[in-house]
Amino acid sequence: MRKCSLEKINLVFAEIAKAYTLYLPTDQNDSSAKFTKWEEGSVWSNALNTVRSPKDFFFPQAEDLMEFKVEGKNIDITDIRQESEDFVIFGVRACDVKSFEILDRVFLVDPVDSFYASRREHGIIVSLACTKPSETCFCTTFGIDCTEPAGDVSIWKTETELYWQANTEKGEKLLSYVDSLTEDANTKAVDEQKEKTSVVMKKLPLANLTTDGFGAGKTMELFNNEAWDELSQTCLGCGTCTFVCPTCQCYDIKDFDTGNGVIRYRCWDSCMYSEFTKMAHGNNRLTQKERFRQRFMHKLVYYPENNDGLYSCVGCGRCLAKCPISMNIAKVMKKIGGEK
Amino acid sequence: MQKITREQLLDRAVALLSDGTVNSVLGWQKGEFDYDVTPHIFKSADELKEGFVWNDFCYANFSKYLVLKTDRIEGKLLVFLKPCDTYSFNQLLTEHRFDREKVYAIGVGCEGMVDVNKLKAAVDGISSIEATEEGLKVTTIYDDEPTVVAIENVLLERCVNCKSKKHVAYDELMGEEGEIIDSARFDEVAALEAMTADERFAFWQNELSKCIRCNACRDACPACTCENCVFNNPNSGVETKAPVTSFEEQMFHIIRAYHVAGRCTDCGECSRVCPQNIPLHLLNRKFIKDINECYGDYQAGEEVGMRAPLVDYTLEDLEPGEVLNRRGEDA
Repeated sequence: MRKCSLEKINLVFAEIAKAYTLYLPTDQNDSSAKFTKWEEGSVWSNALNTVRSPKDFFFPQAEDLMEFKVEGKNIDITDIRQESEDFVIFGVRACDVKSFEILDRVFLVDPVDSFYASRREHGIIVSLACTKPSETCFCTTFGIDCTEPAGDVSIWKTETELYWQANTEKGEKLLSYVDSLTEDANTKAVDEQKEKTSVVMKKLPLANLTTDGFGAGKTMELFNNEAWDELSQTCLGCGTCTFVCPTCQCYDIKDFDTGNGVIRYRCWDSCMYSEFTKMAHGNNRLTQKERFRQRFMHKLVYYPENNDGLYSCVGCGRCLAKCPISMNIAKVMKKIGGEK
Repeated sequence: MQKITREQLLDRAVALLSDGTVNSVLGWQKGEFDYDVTPHIFKSADELKEGFVWNDFCYANFSKYLVLKTDRIEGKLLVFLKPCDTYSFNQLLTEHRFDREKVYAIGVGCEGMVDVNKLKAAVDGISSIEATEEGLKVTTIYDDEPTVVAIENVLLERCVNCKSKKHVAYDELMGEEGEIIDSARFDEVAALEAMTADERFAFWQNELSKCIRCNACRDACPACTCENCVFNNPNSGVETKAPVTSFEEQMFHIIRAYHVAGRCTDCGECSRVCPQNIPLHLLNRKFIKDINECYGDYQAGEEVGMRAPLVDYTLEDLEPGEVLNRRGEDA
């Protein structure tokens, strides 16, 4: 383990930015935080997390895939992808790091999504341990330890110091660039912090939220549960929960008519939308209840069924904070899975 | 702190259910925390007693739900309306969007609702909230002693600039009737008008570039009740799911503001629900301010059946050329 004084943090950022494009959470004018590109003068935010999740780095909201140009009887097809350069995402929380594993199981299985794969290859994740979780946090429900975040490098921030631990070769390489600014350290301060945070985690209001009652093999029982009517009755059908979610991965592929050709692009889609997965025969899900149920069944039943029991929620709490009607996965789990 | 108590509303709702006046109740349901209240249709007295709440977090405007929900229920639906909600209620009636006969409306006096974002910025790790005369007594997972937060510091913008404590529609009123307020709600618009065109463009470009096209503003808006929005309709030719170009991200909100111009009551739901904190109400308020200045003061939803200035004609109407003159050098 290495450490450096927090006073040197801007020197550290400057050093990293010489070798990579560096992104980190910065405060916005509305007291929220957002991942922005580091430049001289950027100030690392103290916020617990960003409103938009870092999934954008690997799975952006919209991206161009290819271009068709028509001239006479010829159609030219151009690959217009922008190749990634190595980049660092600094200060990713444990829940969000876990979301990348969930996305990998969608985009990196055969047939591999080469757009996503390229960005994953070039991305270096520096994760940050939590010390002050919010009441909306429930990562422990999904087996995530916020004091022990994964990623290429893990960091722990104390009052005065930053502790660094490389976990992968990519991480070792990144640390080598800041070698002169860091020094060897023992794990005492980090261990103390982990201990303290673990005590807080047990006091969280959702500390006892459990996945009992969900998972593989529960499809019919949960699909037919009567509570879906009640849970979904005032859902507005907006896409807020899906768009702030770090694990929602549905997209649509659409053509943009440029006048003399077509740009084919991909963009996020939401199972909450009435036109989601519309096909020649019409729509699969005609009511908001069916759309609402799909989202939670996907996260809590279908995904684990297909992915060795791994749930596709990481308990980051963004949907709890942002749903316009305050309906969310925690309320659904308590109602459908039974009050625990 | 609200002057009307939960018990007063609960007793009335239970009584109206029991005597058969209504079959169901559109009210607020308690959440996991003390601030995450969900709109809910209660079907029985037991359900009401268990889950019904009325507190400083009952910000949702129920009027729009009447469009969908009154089609699907037997008998009457009881709905609780704060003063600002009653303007949306009347506007929707003017547009024939729901059946008045299927609704029993109780007007509820309101002391202003809390902006949860502001409260969370002031206090970390909220475990419980108690409304007291001094303010919100907030207990957290981090402090042994509760923190008292003055309510005026954490009110929703629309409540800071509350335009009316008067209910313009109800079958029954609970609490005292209030007055229309001469609020400072146009001050921010005036500040935007005072900017140069370039500054204003930069302001809106910065704000609108935050949009993630979740459509929450549209879906919560009581003036947006098209059954199939052009932006959702693949056959419309303008369907968009993501802000793919900067043109699109600006146009979505500006087109929406035009669509609701003259019908927007300034209920403020668009800004409240925006996950990116875009001050969308300022676009609508600019239209309201312009309408007031060009055609005389007009408040959408004040009365059922009012003809909005933009769809009406009077001999006193401003000539289009005069509008251009008013724009002065900026044009």
